[in-house]
Amino acid sequence: MKREDIIKPENLVYRRTPVLTDNVMHYCPGCGHGLIHRLIAEVIEEMEIQDNTLAVAPVGCSVLAYNYFDVDCVEAAHGRAPALATAMKRLRPDQFVFTYQGDGDLAAIGTAETIHACNRGENIVMIFVNNGIYGMTGGQMAPTTLEGMKTSTSPYGRETDLMGNPLRITELLAQLPGTYYVTRQAVYTPALVRKCKKAIRTAFENQKLNKGTSFIEVVSNCNSGWKLTPVKSNEWLEENMLPKYPLGDIKVPEK
Amino acid sequence: MKELKLMKGNEAIAEGAIRCGVDGYFGYPITPQSEVLEHLMAEKPYEKTGMVVLQAESEVASINMVYGGAALGKKVMTSSSSPGVSLMQEGISYMAGAELPGLVVNVVRGGPGLGTIQPSQADYFQTVKGGGHGDYRLITLAPAFVQEMYDFVELAFELSFKYRNPAMMLSDGIIGQVMEKVEVGDYQPRWTNEYIRKNCPWALTGKTSDRPHNIVTSLELEAARQERVNLRLQEKYRKIEETEVRFEKTMCDDAEYLIVAYGSSARISQKAIELAREQGIKVGLFRPITLWPFPSKAIHAMSKQLKGILFVEMSAGQMVEDVKLAVGCNIPVEHYGRFGGIIPSPSEVVAALKEKLVK
Amino acid sequence: MAFKGTLVIDTEKCKGCAVCIEGCPQKVIALSKNVNGKGYNYLEMINEDACIGCANCAILCPDGVIEVYRVKV
Repeated sequence: MKREDIIKPENLVYRRTPVLTDNVMHYCPGCGHGLIHRLIAEVIEEMEIQDNTLAVAPVGCSVLAYNYFDVDCVEAAHGRAPALATAMKRLRPDQFVFTYQGDGDLAAIGTAETIHACNRGENIVMIFVNNGIYGMTGGQMAPTTLEGMKTSTSPYGRETDLMGNPLRITELLAQLPGTYYVTRQAVYTPALVRKCKKAIRTAFENQKLNKGTSFIEVVSNCNSGWKLTPVKSNEWLEENMLPKYPLGDIKVPEK
Repeated sequence: MKELKLMKGNEAIAEGAIRCGVDGYFGYPITPQSEVLEHLMAEKPYEKTGMVVLQAESEVASINMVYGGAALGKKVMTSSSSPGVSLMQEGISYMAGAELPGLVVNVVRGGPGLGTIQPSQADYFQTVKGGGHGDYRLITLAPAFVQEMYDFVELAFELSFKYRNPAMMLSDGIIGQVMEKVEVGDYQPRWTNEYIRKNCPWALTGKTSDRPHNIVTSLELEAARQERVNLRLQEKYRKIEETEVRFEKTMCDDAEYLIVAYGSSARISQKAIELAREQGIKVGLFRPITLWPFPSKAIHAMSKQLKGILFVEMSAGQMVEDVKLAVGCNIPVEHYGRFGGIIPSPSEVVAALKEKLVK
Repeated sequence: MAFKGTLVIDTEKCKGCAVCIEGCPQKVIALSKNVNGKGYNYLEMINEDACIGCANCAILCPDGVIEVYRVKV
């Protein structure tokens, strides 16, 4: 069968979702951000909520996320996305509101806003991308940097006596009564990508039902910061990140 | 028939917010302004007008909730006192950069640092000269009466939306705490989402097929574009300076001397000019109502008839710099201030007027 | 039942990260020796006949540059 005979609209099984703009993403080759953006956009497309979804972009690598999501977006100050989203959802409960933050943004400078939004059970979706490093500023130590991991501000490896311990903020947030659904996902194999998308869908469905905060951590890579090829960085992620940040649901509503 | 209420200044802010159709208030307790949030919580505006009221985890969170709400084209505000407003500067700068409307009320207390809970006017520099980072300006209103605490909430939102620029009400612990008679208006309905969609085309209202997605951001990585953003802002600021100056003159027609004072200091100076006139000193009072834009031209125009200006402020002398710039140092400009929470008396002001200028 | 698939790759937007190659069960794709306008060795099909249209490559692509078509054969 000829290629031309296969490439027909009725045979299409996968294409880039129109909820992403045509802009070329500025992310490094192989960066998980683009993939995670796509999954969120696909969920928005499938739920047919593009017209009533509001996105909050963070400071960090994904600061320009607003150029990629084809929904109305606001760019927050560093760490403050949950505060913005709190007001946005309360003032427009008819809209779906989600935040998108990295580890420095959500788990260091924005810890207070994160914890209190979750504790109030704000009816929002929070996406937390954890790659254990500050990517945008050039590979500095993050709150989630692993013990012994080398970064530009822990050049001899993170010494926990001196620099504190990697923060498992997702487990911490699961303790709060306001969080309804807390899960940790990854996106480096097709099966994991499908699972992660399902979790994002669940989170948005929860918001539709006014269930409170849905929190999804996605353990991701930073091949530039980790100084590895994209493929190697995914292997490194599996070997090193996952023992500290194990995948799976941490808090699921009782049925 | 007019409805009159006896209210604290802080309560008048809250009442003004509810009645003029504010959509959201986000705040954090700090003396001497906690009555704003207390009054709002007691009045349950979410049942009356649908207004959202939330006690945030910090002033940092408060201002960023305002930022988020403002991005939706909603009328949102916060209030605090000096140390809390210092914490808000980042968010205020973001709002100015993203050209969002919104209101911050500062019921000023003495500083620096944790300072004191007593009244002060030492946050003038912070308010009108920047405070946060970058070249930006805040439309700044200075209420001197509890009535103005009430009225200026609506005025601040009117100006703030007109220019898509955050506004500040620079009050102080006296006006915040004192009780006075206030004439309150009817409850005005809040803007509908449909109204916002039509009148705030920049706002996040949910992307519809008739327009591209809206983005609210203060980021522009390319220097040439960021310069253009700044030039546009400066153009807007010049327009505000030309159009929105507000002030009040008392007994100025025959004045040889002038006291310039705003807020509580203007109330004290009002009594001081009465006392001074009893002693035969021809002195008037000039009260700036907008601190930015500052009424430079009006003060300059008056300077020709004057032998000297006394500037009274509960600070070590901040606004005096703008007064000196306004008159171009052609006549003596002196400052009299008490600070750290001490309130000057009218007789002290008269004594200072005589000692420094009349001689 | 078997499937026959093929890909439409936006080679100009491909960043050559090769993450997709790891996910392909049929060894259909590889990086080209040529580069695109941005200097990346872009993705190409080297064994088109083997493609079953499973879309694993597209699912793994961070930049959404792969379109997948599939027919039953």
